Amino acid sequence: MLRFLLTRVSLVIPTFLGIVFLAFLLIHLVPGDPVEVRMGERGVDPVRHAQLLHEMGLDRPYYEQFASYVGGVLHGNLGISLITHRPVLSEFLDLFPATLELAIFAVLLAIVVGLPAGMLAAVKRGSPFDHLVMGASLTGYSMPIFWWGLLLILTFSVNLHWTPVSGRLSLDYFVDTVTGFMTIDTLLSDQDGSFVSALSHLILPSIVLGTIPLAVIARMTRSSMLEVLSEDYIRTARAKGLSGWRIIGLHALRNALIPVVTVIGLQVGTLMGGAILTETTFSWPGVGKWLVESIGRRDYPALQGGVLLIACLVMAVNLSVDLLYGLLNPRIRHQR
Amino acid sequence: MAEELAPKLATDPGLAAGAPISPWREVWLAMRDNRGAMAGLVIIALVVFCAVFADFVAPHSPVEQFRDHFLTPPVWQAGGSWRFPFGTDDVGRCILSRIIYGARLSLIIGTIVVTLSLALGIGFGLISGFFRGLPDIAIMRFMDIVLAMPSLLLAIVIVAILGPGLVNAMIAIAITYVPHYARLARASVLTELSKDYVTASRVSGAGTLRLMFVTVLPNCVAPLIVQATLSFSTAILDAAALGFLGLGAQAPTPEWGTMLADALKFLESAPWVVTLPGLAILVTVLAFNLMGDGLRDALDPKLKH
Repeated sequence: MLRFLLTRVSLVIPTFLGIVFLAFLLIHLVPGDPVEVRMGERGVDPVRHAQLLHEMGLDRPYYEQFASYVGGVLHGNLGISLITHRPVLSEFLDLFPATLELAIFAVLLAIVVGLPAGMLAAVKRGSPFDHLVMGASLTGYSMPIFWWGLLLILTFSVNLHWTPVSGRLSLDYFVDTVTGFMTIDTLLSDQDGSFVSALSHLILPSIVLGTIPLAVIARMTRSSMLEVLSEDYIRTARAKGLSGWRIIGLHALRNALIPVVTVIGLQVGTLMGGAILTETTFSWPGVGKWLVESIGRRDYPALQGGVLLIACLVMAVNLSVDLLYGLLNPRIRHQR
Repeated sequence: MAEELAPKLATDPGLAAGAPISPWREVWLAMRDNRGAMAGLVIIALVVFCAVFADFVAPHSPVEQFRDHFLTPPVWQAGGSWRFPFGTDDVGRCILSRIIYGARLSLIIGTIVVTLSLALGIGFGLISGFFRGLPDIAIMRFMDIVLAMPSLLLAIVIVAILGPGLVNAMIAIAITYVPHYARLARASVLTELSKDYVTASRVSGAGTLRLMFVTVLPNCVAPLIVQATLSFSTAILDAAALGFLGLGAQAPTPEWGTMLADALKFLESAPWVVTLPGLAILVTVLAFNLMGDGLRDALDPKLKH
């Protein structure tokens, strides 16, 4: 097990360095002179220009710059935002809970709906329900989620007035940030109705962000369940006289879940991409919206740091899924 | 497979003579009974027709502004007229015409992105599979790095470097797809290289390039075709997403995602500005996915669940 763990972790190191290198390149590839971008003005006095270049460390050889960048990254120093003049890392950490909360609700929704739907579709293979689930999941998979968000806002916010249009909390409430999760902070704040407000703001964005994972999970559960249901041990269980649901719920599901868990883990990348669109649609104050705005404001350090952090996050989750998979399945662990 | 085909062989006059079935015909026979794939094919044919004959099908120019027809509702709503069947947008442009011309753009986007990423991916995959060793490690590690980033995020970063615009958006999206093709191509190449016909070809003196492109590559196309169809739809989706974020095609280009870019303002007053372009994206993407699924089942029955 230790050997498996070490191999997998060591495989990630070059990828990590590669990502850091790409992020490092980003700041050198963006159009415009770095000093002018930093100052936000053109025609900076040449003496001052050289001085600033030196201050930013950009007059040193590239390998030195890269080494100091890697050093900075490892110490959590991701640069300073050109707009807010705050460290990029703390800016990211302030906004990240909003994205995480949204992502958690989206994944929960996708699992709670997708898993039973896929299971039932497999058990009732060929039935109208099966066709419905498969059709709906292919539609969900093909959905332009930014449009889907607009459509939901149109129906539930504009026409029915059931849910708010944007943001995380109604302006009637002011809640101290404790955890950054609005649903928890509102509960802690003890204000009547604030929790409901936070929840009602979360519903539509979670549905939108959860749509593609939901479709993927339903499809994966169905196919994995179909495979397991045709195994000999299921026939044995049936022959023993166990009831249908006991077989499905206990014997089949447990084995069918392994690939599903992997797929859920691999959805993190999709979720982060989706968060960019969902947050833009719903004005959700998370890292996705922040990144898109950084491009518009030419705040390249923020973009650089944000991209690096998200890539590392996705990588870390993928690695954990990999390790978890090895833990659950000895066959993977001992593969060379 | 053989038993499934038997009754069709008997009824199909073109096949009765006992001539071997061409691979394309085999795929067609396997797909013919897949209702989803056929529905997808019909929709794709319709979209292609609109795209090719946009100049004749569209009632108006996609960029012409009718100054006295701002936000006219579509024909099925009160106040709509047949002059603008899908209504007009905030500057008086015919939405139906814009959607029809948008079909042309979306197909161009899909074609260019898929061709570009397919060509690069096959190139990398062949090099990796044939030469192994250092080039293989270098290429595959690099692909891992690209894959570690969410594809939309990577596309956004590339567009941030290159500058917003449709061409740059297509390049960015194509780059994010390369690893998928490279991995697929490499895996197929490795499988094929271990087979006898490759050894035979090598023994009879075929050079590396000939082995690569003439001997091995044609036998690797099946998974690549499936992936190409499926990524055709994601390319349309991703380009629309970039357009929506203001990083793809720029106004007044009638790109479906760009049409939605500032739609939020009109949600209340003119919902048709929002609903119709998005519907066009959904239907087109769905059609390509249906056909891709059908193709996969037809080309690779092993993957069929």
